[in-house]
Parts: sequence; C-alpha cells; structure tokens
Amino acid sequence: MAKIYSKKALANSTMKPKKETVSFLLNYSKALSFVKVGKMKIECIAN
Amino acid sequence: MANVQIPDALLVRKYVAGDENALASLISRHQSKIYGFIYSKIGDRDLSDDIFQDTFIKVIKTLKSNSYNEEGKFLPWVMRIAHNLIVDYFRKAQKMPMFRETEEFSIFSIMSDNNPNIETQMITSQVENDLQKLIDELPNDQKEVLVMRMYQDLSFKEISELTGVSINTALGRMRYALMNLRKVIEKNQIILTN
Repeated sequence: MAKIYSKKALANSTMKPKKETVSFLLNYSKALSFVKVGKMKIECIAN
Repeated sequence: MANVQIPDALLVRKYVAGDENALASLISRHQSKIYGFIYSKIGDRDLSDDIFQDTFIKVIKTLKSNSYNEEGKFLPWVMRIAHNLIVDYFRKAQKMPMFRETEEFSIFSIMSDNNPNIETQMITSQVENDLQKLIDELPNDQKEVLVMRMYQDLSFKEISELTGVSINTALGRMRYALMNLRKVIEKNQIILTN
C-alpha cells in the first residue's frame, strides 16, 4: 500500500477559541476605557 | 432577501464609536481563521487560546485608544498581531523551555533533586565516623600530616613548615598513613563506600 507522507493539517476551519475566552474579551472590552489627560491617554478598567 | 454583510471597516468604526456589539460581530466573523492560524503554529489548544486572547486585547486597546490606522484591512492587521505574538512565544519558549506532563512523558524524568536523600546522608555520616576512628588509631606523626593535608587542605610545604620536618618526611608520613589505613581497612574488612 502506498505510504502517505503528507502531514495531517493541525488546524481546521471549524476550530474556535473557547467560549470563556471570547466572553472574557467582550467583558474586557466593556470594562476598558481610555481617559485623555493632556497629551497622555490613561487606561482605566472598571471593576 | 440577500444576506448583506456589514463590512469590517464599518464594524470597526461602530466599535470605536462605542458599539460593543460590533466587536462581538468581528470576533465571531474572524475567530476561526485567527484561532486556526494560531493553532497551526502552536499546536496546543490552551496556548492558542492564550495567544488569541492576547491578540484581541491588543486589538481592543488599539481601537479604544483611537490608535488604529484604517489604511490596511482589519483581518490582515489582526493576523499580523497574532503572528508577532506567536514569534514572541517561540522566542520565550527557546529561552525558557516549558515541559508539559503527558502520559508518555513525566516531568520527573528530567527533573532531579541533587541533594542526597536521608539514607545517603546517614551512610555518609557513618563512613565519616568510621574513617575518623581509623585515623585516630594512626601514629601521631602520620595522623598529624594526614589531617593537615586532607582536612585542613594544607600543602606539603606548609605542613613541613608547621611540623618542622622536611617536605620529603611529610610526604613519607602521608604515604605511611595511607598504607596503614588501607591495611587496617583490609584486615577488618571495613567497607567505606556509600
């Protein structure tokens, strides 16, 4: 039988990050804001 | 009705203007491509999730701080961030290799405690005590040279100066001390190893 030398693709198109990761990002985005003080931008995270 | 997709650029503008749902749409639209890209390089689900998260943290920070420059397209920009983070990860991993325990590989196979265990410590202390007793049995002149050489780490020149004998005499005493020790050890069949 012929040998298959090609490597199996590691990733496929259906791969998705964990729901927790996405949910964390959305919450992080909601909590994050930037406050402009003069020329500086200060990062603020709401609790 | 045709399914019209809002362009990325418009979603980005909406997000910058404060529409948090726009970010959810962008993530949901591109998550497979970005995550698949990261996983294809890293090959570990958890690490890929970490890098995916760090990528979007950078995206969020850049967009929220109004530092995003709309010249390029959104997806290639995010992919570039992910690519840079992957490079950073490999750089770090090269400096400090990380091993994960699996069924075939145990972390303890490459980790060892160099300190002697309690059994070795007891044997060593026993051997040292036995040797001390044997040395005490040697004639005084030989014992003196042996102790100075082995325990006090003095040179034969220093020993000869301290004992007031020639270097050759000190060497001879050391030789006889060792020969006598060997004799006693062989005669009494003492095992001095651990």
